[in-house]
Amino acid sequence: MLAYLIRRLTYGVGVVFGVLFFLFVLFFTVTSPDDVARKALGERVTPAVVEQWKINHGYDLPLFPAPGAWQENMLFEHYRRMLTFDFGRSDADDTPIADRIRSGMMPSLTLTLPLFVLSLLTAIPLALLVAFFRETYIDRLGVVISVLAMSVSILLYIIGAQYLVGRLLHWFPISGFDSDPQLIVRFLALPLLVGVLAGLGGDVRFYRTVFLEESNTDYVRTARAKGCGEGRIMVRHVFRNSLIPLLTRVILAIPFLFMGSLLLESFFGIPGLGAITVDAIQGNDFSVLRTMVYIGSLLFVFGQIITDLSYGLVDPRVRLE
Amino acid sequence: MESYIVSNWVVGFLLVGGAGLAWLVQRSRMWSQAFRDIWRRRRLAIGLIALYVVVALLDSVAWVGGVHPGEDAVAKHRARSVIDRLFADSQERSYSAPLAATEFYGGSALRKPGSHLLGTDLIGRDVLYLSLKGARVALLIGGLTSLLAIPLALLFGVPAGYFGGRLDDVVFFVMSTLASMPGLLLLIALIMVLGKSTLAICFALAITGWVGFCRVSRGETLKLRELEYVSAARALGVSEGRILVRHILPNLMHLVIITFVLMFSGLVLSEAILSWLGIGVDGSWGQMIDQARNELSRDPVVWWNVSAAGAALFGLILAVNFVGDALRDALDPRTAREAE
Repeated sequence: MLAYLIRRLTYGVGVVFGVLFFLFVLFFTVTSPDDVARKALGERVTPAVVEQWKINHGYDLPLFPAPGAWQENMLFEHYRRMLTFDFGRSDADDTPIADRIRSGMMPSLTLTLPLFVLSLLTAIPLALLVAFFRETYIDRLGVVISVLAMSVSILLYIIGAQYLVGRLLHWFPISGFDSDPQLIVRFLALPLLVGVLAGLGGDVRFYRTVFLEESNTDYVRTARAKGCGEGRIMVRHVFRNSLIPLLTRVILAIPFLFMGSLLLESFFGIPGLGAITVDAIQGNDFSVLRTMVYIGSLLFVFGQIITDLSYGLVDPRVRLE
Repeated sequence: MESYIVSNWVVGFLLVGGAGLAWLVQRSRMWSQAFRDIWRRRRLAIGLIALYVVVALLDSVAWVGGVHPGEDAVAKHRARSVIDRLFADSQERSYSAPLAATEFYGGSALRKPGSHLLGTDLIGRDVLYLSLKGARVALLIGGLTSLLAIPLALLFGVPAGYFGGRLDDVVFFVMSTLASMPGLLLLIALIMVLGKSTLAICFALAITGWVGFCRVSRGETLKLRELEYVSAARALGVSEGRILVRHILPNLMHLVIITFVLMFSGLVLSEAILSWLGIGVDGSWGQMIDQARNELSRDPVVWWNVSAAGAALFGLILAVNFVGDALRDALDPRTAREAE
């Protein structure tokens, strides 16, 4: 177990180093710090101003290590800063990136955490229900509705919900955020509704396939033969044995809750990390984008290790060695 | 060479290639049976996809030449597609509702009253025309990206699965690295760095999209490698390259088709999200939706723009999803049980 954990962690560190190298290639060689400086300062600037900007933002070292001076270069600096979580200042407006991330985390979590729980609580029972009625019209109808729901772009869900619920029915505010818990519920209702609806089709279809695969196994037939009720089979036998594929999807999603939802946050005016990222995209802020990709992959690697470890908890046959 | 000539050539190649593929499919028992099966189950969806393809092809065949006598010298030298020519004289000044006789705001008379089936947008372009033109963009995004991503995935996945060892380790590490970056963020980062041309966007979509299929093709090759006919070929002294091409690749083809169709709808939907973030492809439905975003807050409400683009997008994705499901049932023996 310990040996497995150590090997897994080592590989995870390797992947993070790989990600950092990819980011370096993308953000330092494909677009050089000079390009970034020109984007931030505008096209008509003197070389001296560009150099000064590069010094201020810590981009003034040569890109690759030279013989004898392996620490004084951007490649080393890039790794050092990222691995010590020293994200520096934004290319666009000079605010410390770490502060922004800290301030965006809570609003993101207040949206994504309930969204995550609500999605699971709607999708899994619905999928169990559809799988329970397999090979009947209810099942077929469920699949058709799922495919219909999957085929609608999330943009249309957002625009439609804002128009229908926000403007015509006046149930909830169209967008905005507040730290007062009573107001938050009103502001979050619409994004939550859209988030759950937009993911429901794909989720139900995925879980249904998982459950159906499990219903075709021998032990389910045995349970049926000994007179076990269909409802009991679904919950006691099928659902419990489907936990491994479910966990893979569910646990891996948890770390990303910190990242927020790009579209929902910026559409509904929630000042989370997703909205910060969208601002960075529209403001050509490469440093923020780079940091977000790095944090995202850190969370992913972490989530994957947790998922692998959890298999051992759910299925006693799995031995982590 | 002028871009419209390239486009015309591409249409020609596609028609010839399509005919060749149809001939190949019709010769093979397995494939023709699978396609007959899908045609029987999904006639409507296949018809709908065919309609989109025809519109896209009509929009890709272009030539230079006068459309009507009174137009200016610049317009005379612009290449225009069949679709462009059908809507050559449809420009209005501003919004008009579907089939309206007067402008939406102000009520002054339209140039062509009652001729705009889906109305016109803010700067007076016919919405039906824009929606039809979106078909070409959508098929280009899905098609070109798949054309980049699927060969890339096969190129790395199949040798990695077949030869194993160091090569497999390297490919697997690259896959884990790419897969660990959040897809949408990686996509955005790539587009911001590579630029916002159609080719750059397709390239970025391919970089983020090939990993999934690479994993599938590697896994499937691992399984195929152990089969008797591969051992037999090896025992007979067939070269490794020939085994890969003659024995492994043809047995991955059904996965290629399934992946292509299932990937397609995801790509077109991703482009819509990119358009909303301001980094999409010009003329796509996503961009139409993005531009129409604030129109629902107008009073009286301007609904036809977003509805037309949304419906066009929805129709294509829905048809492709349905056909994709049927394809998977017909071609993938693993899910055959479920389809019965």
